[in-house]
Amino acid sequence: MKVELFIRRFNPETDTKSRMVRYEVEVEPTDRLLDALNAIKWYQDGTLTFRKSCAHGICGSDAMLINGVNRLACKVLIKDLGDRITVEPLRGFRVIKDLVVDMEPFFAAYRSVKPYLINDEPAPRTERRQSPEERERFDDTTKCILCAACTTSCPSFWANEDYIGPAAIVNAHRFLFDSRDRGAAERVDILNSKFGVWRCRTIFNCADACPRGIEVTRAIQDVKRFLLNARI
Amino acid sequence: MARSSYSRQRPMGGGFELFAWYFMRISGLLLVLMALGHIVIMHIINSVEVINYAFVARRWAVPFWRVYDWILLALGVLHGSNGIRVVIDDYVHHRGWRAFCTSALYVLAFVLLVMGTEVLLTFTPGV
Repeated sequence: MKVELFIRRFNPETDTKSRMVRYEVEVEPTDRLLDALNAIKWYQDGTLTFRKSCAHGICGSDAMLINGVNRLACKVLIKDLGDRITVEPLRGFRVIKDLVVDMEPFFAAYRSVKPYLINDEPAPRTERRQSPEERERFDDTTKCILCAACTTSCPSFWANEDYIGPAAIVNAHRFLFDSRDRGAAERVDILNSKFGVWRCRTIFNCADACPRGIEVTRAIQDVKRFLLNARI
Repeated sequence: MARSSYSRQRPMGGGFELFAWYFMRISGLLLVLMALGHIVIMHIINSVEVINYAFVARRWAVPFWRVYDWILLALGVLHGSNGIRVVIDDYVHHRGWRAFCTSALYVLAFVLLVMGTEVLLTFTPGV
């Protein structure tokens, strides 16, 4: 089938403003949007720039604004998008070129919640044991692939880029609720600040955007309750 | 609005944002119940035509209703102004404008609260 793609392009060397460029490609309905983008890049216009890596929905490189919502280009099928498709870069970050945005602020927020196991207790002779129930507590938030679809769909983040955003909170949740972790005190300061969880207005865009189906808003509410119970 | 550096601002800490969030939940719940009570009394049990100065004077002769109305006033002003504070925090980025907006908001909330409290405390029927 023939589809029309309208891609928001921006070349920092020549453009002052982004512009929509129309392409026509021949694809199968069961192709992914990434296949259509590759068809353009490989056979029509080699200057089209976008990130991709694994192409199987696990590396988180090709999140973009597709028909107005954040999706992974490698996971969404042409037949679900219709024959007129708009593709734009993620909102809220500086565009480097075409569909490539500057992800550094995103990873700075991620690093700020210390997304690694913190435990200063002497290491046990065997592994640190955990019951299936204890593992289940944070199972949902282990699925994050750091694609930034949630954070860049969040109106609170659009309004104020100092908000650490849903993805950072999801990754804090991953360790806050891990029975082996002892680093809560080190994470609480940033989470409990003006730029932490209290900027979440429960809009649910993040939960809708997550390509991994993480219940992002629920995770944020979990962290709010955690802070409430820890401080009172 | 470009970020000047990639280092993130030091968190302010403190429990105020947490308290404000919790307060919004509790006050919101109370406001729904109390405002519904207010509507039932003023618009359903009593028709709007019978509500006049004498009606209010009779109602406020009972201290319970003065307390009820004061709680409704205080929660309404605080809940509402905290909501606006949050909107200002989200959307007013310029330091000076933000300081101006928040100060104006606090002054307005304070004035409304003081005026309402004064009426509730000093109201004497027939004066």
